[in-house]
Amino acid sequence: MVKLGVRDLVIRYGGAMALEGVSFDVNENEIFGIIGPANAGKTSFLKAVNRMDLFDPAMHVDGEITFNGVDVHKVRNVYGLRRRIGVVFPLPVGLPLSIYDNVALAPRLAGVKARAELDVIVERCLQRAALWDEVKDRLDSLGSMLSGGQQQRLTIARALSQEPELLMLDEFSIAVDPVTTMRIEDVLKELKREVTIILVTNLVQQARRLADRTAFFLDGRCVEVAETERLFTGEVTDPRTRDYVEGRFG
Amino acid sequence: MFEATALNRRNARRQKLFRLGLGAMTGLLILPVALILGTLIYKGAPVISFEFLFSSPTNGMTAGGIFPALLGTVLLVVVALLASVPLGVAAAIYLSEYAPDNWFTRAINLAIINLAGVPSIVHALFGVGAFVIFFRFGTSILAASLTLAIMTLPVVIVATRESLQAVPMAFREACWNMGATRWQTIRRVVLPNAITGILTGVILEVSRTAGETAPIMFTGAAFFLPLLPQSVFDQTMALSLHLFVVSTQVPGMPEQLPFGVALVLISMVLLMNSLSIALRMYLRGKKKW
Repeated sequence: MVKLGVRDLVIRYGGAMALEGVSFDVNENEIFGIIGPANAGKTSFLKAVNRMDLFDPAMHVDGEITFNGVDVHKVRNVYGLRRRIGVVFPLPVGLPLSIYDNVALAPRLAGVKARAELDVIVERCLQRAALWDEVKDRLDSLGSMLSGGQQQRLTIARALSQEPELLMLDEFSIAVDPVTTMRIEDVLKELKREVTIILVTNLVQQARRLADRTAFFLDGRCVEVAETERLFTGEVTDPRTRDYVEGRFG
Repeated sequence: MFEATALNRRNARRQKLFRLGLGAMTGLLILPVALILGTLIYKGAPVISFEFLFSSPTNGMTAGGIFPALLGTVLLVVVALLASVPLGVAAAIYLSEYAPDNWFTRAINLAIINLAGVPSIVHALFGVGAFVIFFRFGTSILAASLTLAIMTLPVVIVATRESLQAVPMAFREACWNMGATRWQTIRRVVLPNAITGILTGVILEVSRTAGETAPIMFTGAAFFLPLLPQSVFDQTMALSLHLFVVSTQVPGMPEQLPFGVALVLISMVLLMNSLSIALRMYLRGKKKW
């Protein structure tokens, strides 16, 4: 089943083109990788899905993005839309709240007040993000004081607390050590059973390890979408893709 | 291997010279402050007593205390704050968190900067025209406080805006991505992290307001009043004006008395400033990111 449908997507910042005529589908319960060098339009794509263009007057989005078959540009309740989509940023953003409050923030925004209910959500999300054991005794300490790798798992727990149907990770591992990266990757493989994941990464091998299918973005265009293995076994047609995955540029 | 060359030695000498010179300049800065405070304490301290602070002036102000002026200054500052803080903080939140970056916003920002540059005597005359005459508040605490409020509004707005903008953009984006509205984001993440900075600005503003003379002398502060004010529509005495009066307007004034008044006024201001500094240090200690 198609979770996210993208048709002729065009994103501009003022006059500058960030993404041009991109179309593909992301299926339910798959990890969809997006690889490509800097300035390829990967982050802009994520912003468009979450309607962050509403916060950036310079950003213009044309074309169609459907989430569960509904055009996100026709969604009146964008807050409800964003709640169903969790986002993890390249640099971990532990909000200057306690660890508990970081994870409880999204449920609270959605109106959950009962402490018992919040306790359950916080524990479950921290468990799933593989952080619970390290922080369960100090849930009251500041989330922004955790180490980089812990903060990134905290932001994943926070994203999960929204009970998202779609989880978008934007180069989550650039500020995280290799061991933690592997742990998070294991978490993502588990999560795949419940949520759809879009994994933007500049590590080609990470896409290979995780993604079922991968799109290759280059200079604002989507060069190719294929099953990930095919990108690496040379079956793909476009020479630019092959050059990129083999590390000849980018 | 590490022997000093002639060039090394010359550089070291020069470095010493400059450190000494720059240090001396900085030392000079302390001089006026020390002199003012020293003189005030030396000449004013003997006057200060419980009775001086808490009784009314007598004998044509040449004797007795300063209580009506002290109370008046506190009243003026409090009423001015009640007007300027909600207005200023609200405007700053709008400008920092909501306003689109267009010519209109830029014009408002320019207006705020200009408002900060208006001389206080001009504010005073505006206060007379607007509050005393047009709104018919008469010369009263209300008129004087509103004049002070308008004068200090830019300070509140700028201080608040700066503390809001010191909160990293990434925090807001993380919240928005979770489906929070702008207001939820402000309420739960931005304001709690900016509040100490805002308070610091407000306290600094208090210390400035307390010392102002020009804006209140035509709008609500009186030379001498036998009775304490009963409502915000009454006139009041104020420390700053009282200091001006006892220093220049009353013949046969004992030499010590104006120094005592000045000492009380400056102590109030310094107390407020130290509170603000203490708050800022506390804020730095609690910095959460």
